[in-house]
Amino acid sequence: MFLKFIVAAIVSGTPLLFGTLGEIAHEKCGHLNLGVEGMMSIGACAGFMTGYYTDRFWIAILAAFAAGVLSALVYAFLTVTLMANQNVTGLTMTIFGIGLSNFIGVTVLATTSSGTLKLSEHIMAQMGNIHIPVLSDLPVVGQLLFSYDPFVYVGVAIALAMGFYYNHTKVGLNVQAIGENPAAADAAGIRVTKLKYLNIMIGGGICGIGGAYCPMIINGGKWISDSVDGLGWIAVALVIFAMWSPNRAIFGSFVFGALRVLKFYVPKSVPVPAAIYDMLPFVITALVLILTSMGKSMGKSQPAACGLNYFREER
Amino acid sequence: MNKQAEDRKKAGKEPLIRITKRAELSVRGARLLRIGAFLLALAAGAIFILCLGYNPFLIYGVILSGSFRSAMAVQAMVKLMIPLLISALGITLAFKMKFWNIGAEGQIIMGAIFASYFALFHDQLPHPVLILVMLVAGFVGGGLFGLVPAYFKAKFNTNETLFTLMLNYIALNTIVLLRDGPWRDPESPGFPKIARFSANATLDRVFGVQAGWIIGLILVVVIAVYLKYSKQGYEIRVVGESQATARYAGMNVKKIVLRTMFLSGGICGVAGVCQAAGSDITLATSVAGGVGFTAIIVAWLGHLEPLEILLFTFFFAVLEKGSTVAQSTYGLSSNCASVLQGIILFFILGCEFFIRYQFTVRKRGVR
Repeated sequence: MFLKFIVAAIVSGTPLLFGTLGEIAHEKCGHLNLGVEGMMSIGACAGFMTGYYTDRFWIAILAAFAAGVLSALVYAFLTVTLMANQNVTGLTMTIFGIGLSNFIGVTVLATTSSGTLKLSEHIMAQMGNIHIPVLSDLPVVGQLLFSYDPFVYVGVAIALAMGFYYNHTKVGLNVQAIGENPAAADAAGIRVTKLKYLNIMIGGGICGIGGAYCPMIINGGKWISDSVDGLGWIAVALVIFAMWSPNRAIFGSFVFGALRVLKFYVPKSVPVPAAIYDMLPFVITALVLILTSMGKSMGKSQPAACGLNYFREER
Repeated sequence: MNKQAEDRKKAGKEPLIRITKRAELSVRGARLLRIGAFLLALAAGAIFILCLGYNPFLIYGVILSGSFRSAMAVQAMVKLMIPLLISALGITLAFKMKFWNIGAEGQIIMGAIFASYFALFHDQLPHPVLILVMLVAGFVGGGLFGLVPAYFKAKFNTNETLFTLMLNYIALNTIVLLRDGPWRDPESPGFPKIARFSANATLDRVFGVQAGWIIGLILVVVIAVYLKYSKQGYEIRVVGESQATARYAGMNVKKIVLRTMFLSGGICGVAGVCQAAGSDITLATSVAGGVGFTAIIVAWLGHLEPLEILLFTFFFAVLEKGSTVAQSTYGLSSNCASVLQGIILFFILGCEFFIRYQFTVRKRGVR
């Protein structure tokens, strides 16, 4: 029972992990992106539909990534080059993304005779839980570590790579400098615009993969409107909970994933309403937000220039 | 050699295209630019519709005429406008102060919850008294919910964008909590829901639409006057421009932030009351339903000017209502409204740039 709970928590936390990593990539270079939900929705639609028509899992993932990158390109063009208000642009992206994704879903749905969109067994097998001989058969450990769908491992790998990128590579440190003080970074010869574009687009791509997880795994390969269902907003919250660190995001998404499935595993005799579990992630995040703002510990709070657009010729 | 030329030599060459400030456009120029962006957006939307195999002129025609084809359609469209207009006005107050209140969604919900308490448990009060009590309760509920992030902003400089965002979901789950628990309607079988309000607790209809539209119109005037001619409105603007200036002028910035956020949240709360007691006639989890987010966009599009906000609310409602008509007539999914809204917004967001900046292309021969 407990083991099953842990496994369920990791599965339910995985889309959050992708969304969070994408948002961290955005915030680290100074862009508060409220469009994660939209980018994830677009990724969900692109990934699912590609999987539906090509029956190839990896192509579907690439499509989700590419769609995320494209939506992030729109966001980057508007906020980096055209210096549009980040909040409004992000919200627009959310409305647009959810709308577009549902729209395409409904339109494709109308072409089917059965009235449902379901991925074929063929692709479901490709993205099913992996099985490594010996390792996956180990008791407990096998189930706990070596028996997830491929997304889970991709997500953790991206998180670790991002942690390395920000803390141990020159480019990553440069990006952090942009997030803290773009003018100083620019003066130091860092290519602010180029790096912002790159990071925002890759972040968007990561969000897109996370979106694809929702219809493909969580909904069991069946298309439903609004499949991302607010996970993108939880991801925005999770960035705060993880205090802008990709490594802590792994742990954070696991905790939030656990909170999301907890209600199914708590015995009926415990008199806690389900809504409390759904509310908890946001209450915790709000508390973390307050505590970090009280502490002002460097490296554990939002990048200083986050939310502000940078215009080179302004001083 | 002067320093600039030296720098240029060091950097290799001037970038091919760079951004420079321009002399600010005249009001007329800016308006023309926005209209141009809007038309471009419509063209982009037309391409989108064309790709789907529909005739864009036909679809646009249906969307535009859809809201006006019958008195009922107009009423439905106005009904969509009410919460959007009122909450956009509420947000305007906070945004004028550069306090990024993303929490309208939660404030709408809190207002609705506070008012619902009276609608559900005190509906023996005389009708006018009850409605008034509900409106005040909604205002206070939304206001208090707006006060929380303002307090922490003033005290610890806690990021208000993220904080108000979290509060949205806390509010939403509060409804679920009430719905599944103490406020659950014992008479409704199946899925838990909150009881329908009695007729006594329902907003009256004026010209066939719930009275919220009157509240909205009154607020347009009140907010416009408040911002433009009152001392408090002036203070909001100064704090928005520069907190240092406000402090230097002897203003109590903290007090202004708290007061304004109470008002901002309170007005959003009134939007919640109108939606619950005027349109839903119950407290549903969908009482805000994303309106709080759309309102931010409307407020921003309207440049935080109440009259312009009224105009954009009208436009959004027409688009929304028209899309449902396009769905029933042509089978074009009504999600089309969000897509078109998004496209239009992207273009208008983009065009704002050209009001203040321009692209400068490197002159030939300069290296």
